[in-house]
Order: sequence, then structure tokens, then C-alpha cells
Amino acid sequence: MAATLKLEIVTPEARVYSEDVDMVTIPGIEGELGIYPQHVPLMTEVTSGELIARKGGQEFFLAVGDGFVEITGERVSVMTDMAMKADDIDEMKVEEARKRAESRLSEKLSDEEDASVRAALAQSLAQLKVKRRHPRR
Amino acid sequence: MPSTRDIRRRIKSVKNTAQITKAMQMVASAKMRKAQLAALAGRPYVQTMNRVLATVTAHAGDFTHVLMERRPVQRRAVLLITTDKGLCGSLNTNLLREVAHMDKNTLFICAGRKGGQYVARTKRELAAEFTYHDTPTFAEARAMSKFAQKLFTDGKVDHVDVLYTNFINTLMQRAELRPLLPIGEIKALEAGVHGENAGDDLGHSAATEFLFEPDAGAVLGSLLPHYLNFQVYQFLLEAKASEHSSRMVAMKNATDNAKQMIKDLTLEYNKLRQANITRELLEITSAAMAMG
Repeated sequence: MAATLKLEIVTPEARVYSEDVDMVTIPGIEGELGIYPQHVPLMTEVTSGELIARKGGQEFFLAVGDGFVEITGERVSVMTDMAMKADDIDEMKVEEARKRAESRLSEKLSDEEDASVRAALAQSLAQLKVKRRHPRR
Repeated sequence: MPSTRDIRRRIKSVKNTAQITKAMQMVASAKMRKAQLAALAGRPYVQTMNRVLATVTAHAGDFTHVLMERRPVQRRAVLLITTDKGLCGSLNTNLLREVAHMDKNTLFICAGRKGGQYVARTKRELAAEFTYHDTPTFAEARAMSKFAQKLFTDGKVDHVDVLYTNFINTLMQRAELRPLLPIGEIKALEAGVHGENAGDDLGHSAATEFLFEPDAGAVLGSLLPHYLNFQVYQFLLEAKASEHSSRMVAMKNATDNAKQMIKDLTLEYNKLRQANITRELLEITSAAMAMG
């Protein structure tokens, strides 16, 4: 019986995270999901928010964007368009990006642009949330 | 027999050519590094997605999606990914040779100008021509993928393939034809973009039940289009990496050839020059002897 979960987080740019963890909390489309080893196989969508991986008493925080997650008893694969470790988030930059996205929203946009700006905004907000909650680690 | 001046002129012009090809080689190699990194970085995502989709479709039960519908193939479409510019070795030629073998009835969706020109020249049917930048954006890929999906769901075509250049390494790129639509039998697709890691984990948890949240229809409904968009995006990245690699190699060959040519011409020039001097000396001495 597997006592750990293999957590894999991949984005189009890179494989951000690939480690064995004890437990992981994922922002699912229908609320937060806490996943332990031997979870029943599950497939769902991820929304932008905070992902917490617990490993040997330590917690790792990541901000993730929209995407999908596949859960099996021993593996969690997260496919998302953004994943940032809390330590790597630059609060100033993100705050700027958030303001830019908000001001873009007030302009007139096509549906496609609107969706991409909203996604960018959601990503910035998720990063800010993670960063503010865990300012220094 | 060319005069020394003719040869000198040729050397100069070949030198200029070498300079230009050298510059193009530098540009291509800088772009190549970026494009290769992008293509390689995208692979884990696509592989994970392939694996997930393969397991999921195996567990989705009797659920079907319009993009998975199999119909008898009356008309095929091909998304042809070529380059915009030439001077990249045999890259486009290899792709277009594949096109030449295809059914006359095939509908083409072109990305890159070279493909569009070829399709128009051979009087085949061109459905749309898209452009993509040196660093392809996801939005460009999405536009192409959306168009292909629309053709498919409207019933205008029953099968969509992608013809692109797969990046293997700097010296090797291969023209490849991959099925895009309908989605299905993903296991048979060698897990998508790459042969490597193909069978890995597929159908791994075949016996277990899969849960979907909120439900299979909603999850697959948003996963499948995203999967296609991303697949096309990865194809573009691979094609770009291939293009720049191929161009760099072609330009390097051209520079080497020009250098060799300069060497040969210089040798010939010196030979001719010495022959001229010898002849002049002979003339002078024989004239002196005749006088004396």
C-alpha cells in the first residue's frame, strides 16, 4: 500500500513540481479537495487558487491557474496553465498585473479577449492570496 | 581561361555570400535555442494530458462527445504546418512531398505561407490559411484548432490529420502525419506527439472505477477542446524548433561550401598569377637574347 502520493504539476512551460507527498489540497471547481493516498480515482477541473502539498510535516504552497486534475490511488497529476511556488511570487509585479487586468476589463473587449483577461486576473489574485498568507517561508 | 581579375572578382562575391549566410546562421542558431527549449518544455504537459485522456476515455463508459464521433470517411482535411520563409534545407520539400501523395479531394488548412502557396499552385482546395509567429502563441494554435473542430462538427470533413515536422534533434527532423480528429483510440495514437513513453501507464488502473466531478460530460466537454488546442500548440512548437534547426544547418553548410570555394578560387588565382609572371619573364629573357 502506497503511503505517499506522487504529485505532479505540469504547465505548458515546464514540469513545475514532481515529488512524493503525504497529502495535497487542491482548489477544485466544486470546492477544495483534500487528497490522501488511496483516494478513489477522480477526474475534475481545477480553478485558480491555492494548492497545498504536505510532506514530512512541512507544507508547500503553490498558486495554480485553471486546468484539470487526475487523481488515482497513488498519483495526482495537475495540468494547469500556471503554477507558482509561494517563494517565487513577486508581489509587486503581480499587483501590477492585477491592476492592468482590472483596467483592461473596463475597456470594451471581444469575448475571447475578455475571457483571457479574466483568466489573467484570476491568476494574479490567486498568486496574491498565496503570497499574502505566507509572506516569508 | 578567366583572367586574374575575373577570379579576384569571383572571390569577392563568394566572400560576400559567405558573410551573409554566416549572419543568417547566427540568427537561426539563436532562435533555434529558444524554439528547442520551448518545444521540449511543452512535452511533459502533452504527455500527461495524453495519459490522462487515455485513462479517462477508457473509464467514461458509454459517454461520447461530438469530437469523438467516428464516421465513414468521405472527406479528409489536413492541417499543414510549414514555414513562412525558405532557406531551410529540405524541410518544406519533405512536407510537400507527403502532400503530393494525398487524395485530390483533401481539404487543406495551412499554417505558414509555403504550404499555402503550394496548395494554391497545385490547385487543391484551401480552406484557410493561418499565420504563426516565430514564438507561436497559444491563441494562434487555438484559432487553428477551433477552425478544424468546426469543420469536423459541421460535418464538412470526417477526419482531420496534422502534417508537421517533428523535432528529433538539431540534425534530424522528420515530416509526420498525425491524426487529430476524431479523438478516440488514443492508445493507438502512441500517446500523441511522441513515441517515447508511449505505452507507459496506459490503462494502468483499468479495473478501477473513475469518478468525475461534476460529471463526465462536463469534465470531458472542457477537457477535449483544450486537449486539441494544446495538441496543435505543441505541433507548432515542434515545427518551429525544426524550422530553425534545419535553417541553421542549411546555412552552416552554405557557409562551409562558400569557404571551400574561396579556398579553391584562391589557389587557382595564385596559379594563374605565377603562370603570368613566368610567362612575362620568359618573354623578357627571350627578347633580351634576340637583341643580343
